[in-house]
Amino acid sequence: MSEPVLQIRNLSVDYPTRAGVVRAVDDVSLTVYRGEVLGLVGESGCGKSTLGMAILRLLRPPGKIVAGEIVFNGRNLLELDDETMRHLRGAHISMIFQDPMTCLNPLQRISDHVIETIRTHRPEMGKQEARKRATELIDRLGIMAERLDDYPHQLSGGMRQRVMIGLALALNADLIIADEPTTSLDVIVEAQFLDLLRDLQRQFNLTIILITHNIGVVAELSDRVAVMYAGKLVELADVHSLFDDPLHPYTRGLLNSVPNISLTEDHLQIMDGSPPDLISPPPGCRFHPRCPYAKQECSRREPAMKNVGKDRLVACWLY
Amino acid sequence: MTDNLIEVRGLKKWFPVQKSFVERLVTRRQQFVHAVDGVDFEIRRGEVFGLAGESGSGKTTTGRLILRLVEPTEGSILFEGVDLAALSDEEMRRMRQRMQAIFQDPFASMNPRMKCGDAIGHSLEIFGVARGEEKRRRVLEMMERVGLTPASILYDKYPHQLSGGQRQRAIIARALMLHPDLVVADEPIANVDVSVRALLLQLMLQLKQDFNLTYLFITHDLATAKYICDRIAIMYLGLICEMGTLEQVYRNPQHPYTQALLAAVPVPDPHARRTAPLPKGEIPSPINPPPGCRFHPRCPFAEEVCSQELPHLRPVPGDEGHLVACHRMVWLKSVGRPASAGNPR
Repeated sequence: MSEPVLQIRNLSVDYPTRAGVVRAVDDVSLTVYRGEVLGLVGESGCGKSTLGMAILRLLRPPGKIVAGEIVFNGRNLLELDDETMRHLRGAHISMIFQDPMTCLNPLQRISDHVIETIRTHRPEMGKQEARKRATELIDRLGIMAERLDDYPHQLSGGMRQRVMIGLALALNADLIIADEPTTSLDVIVEAQFLDLLRDLQRQFNLTIILITHNIGVVAELSDRVAVMYAGKLVELADVHSLFDDPLHPYTRGLLNSVPNISLTEDHLQIMDGSPPDLISPPPGCRFHPRCPYAKQECSRREPAMKNVGKDRLVACWLY
Repeated sequence: MTDNLIEVRGLKKWFPVQKSFVERLVTRRQQFVHAVDGVDFEIRRGEVFGLAGESGSGKTTTGRLILRLVEPTEGSILFEGVDLAALSDEEMRRMRQRMQAIFQDPFASMNPRMKCGDAIGHSLEIFGVARGEEKRRRVLEMMERVGLTPASILYDKYPHQLSGGQRQRAIIARALMLHPDLVVADEPIANVDVSVRALLLQLMLQLKQDFNLTYLFITHDLATAKYICDRIAIMYLGLICEMGTLEQVYRNPQHPYTQALLAAVPVPDPHARRTAPLPKGEIPSPINPPPGCRFHPRCPFAEEVCSQELPHLRPVPGDEGHLVACHRMVWLKSVGRPASAGNPR
């Protein structure tokens, strides 16, 4: 496998609330390698978005990282001062959100965004040349060059999301964190966007963390998949092994409850119960109250991530 | 004999486009958003009829028209043969007991200051069916039916104290309190997590049996529609482009748009990554919809006639009940070639 870009070690994130402390991410360790798409899946509240924001150190207060380290290209991000971190965010890590309007300045033209980004990265480049590069880039994204001087609100949702990818490319970012990038898009636009993202990923060997609840999107794009449940990482595997042979009972339940368009099977399997309250999570394995295979041990001791094959980890007492 | 609960005939809804003062001085021409531009379909008693399409296809407006939450520009809606447009306000108010709605965002459709149980039973008071203890008893019973348990505790909770799945169950319970005939469900499960989705779908099917319901199920998600719909209509820019049983439309899609839509759904199987090409571009503005077939600018098979003549829904030969609005199908059939470009999967 290629070199690691990002190593998360024993990361925990807390949100103090009036009712108690919510541990949104609990002791998560994860490595992202150069040129891979790592899918991070789970249901709402499982901590996947919090993990994404923690990597950028953009947690909304009062949320804060209480333990662990995040090593990006050999540097522990948690030790950097704010100024260095800000520069790093601008130049090496890019983020794509569900709603691109939140990231684009409504008062700036698309060209301003792209040119500014290009010139931040290469200050020696003249305006003319930067504009030429911006035009090429926009064209590469399948947006007509004459839209370059439009304002964000004049573009469709799909085009805005393409612009966000374009900005990540202009930065030549080492890592792109995409949090639900297609959730607000219609299905054909979503498919177009996924095609584009896959092409660009291969062409530029991009490293992407794809955070989503959409299992179909993960299956389309990911090389490896990490599954989170109630703040914990429960399974990590390459995409084919995970879908062919999910090990953790939660992963199995999750995959079985995904609606599938093919007409071969007719029933969605149902997972009983709902995710626990993170202020007082159940003891032992957090999934045990919903788990059909739960043993006595499961409610007593917490399972750690265990190696069960080539680059395959699972946190479950069954293995 | 078919027993139609709802018949929709030539239904249109055009919304006027708001113009600024200056624009109004410069031009007199009033523009319209052609949200729904002439649709015909019927919903049979006891079935789940799906309306599917992308945003801007007019599916939600169609649902609102049937509930008469917006007035149609043209066309009629018959409820058991009675034209809803001809009813007086009082008659319509009584008719509303028989048709209820479930919307996507349960937060937006619940009064944040009303206790869950009171909200569910509100309609009983409005229509003078029951109040006081009797109302509470009926509400608790309904809460049990939809799985809002323990009912006596949840009765006194406010909406923000419930989970997303519980709120959606409360909305379903509220819709069923008056034992309606028709439930218009507009993206009822789009906002909940996958594992809860399956539960809610199963619940909706169970309740349909228990209460003899008919559903109009509006969704953008063809994968979800598969688990609940008996028949389905695919909408594009205010028009129905294909309609039939779920089996007909999914197994043998005839319209190039339906084919693209089905092919674009991401499949939860990394071995089946999509390879089929997609239509170019995005759904155009419904203010000036393209002439002829609405889909022709994006259609890979478009010919000259497609940009000139609007294709009407026609039966697919040899496939009873399957309708499609595409010029191409007619030509292909006439020269005896198979109409399908092959199932995208």
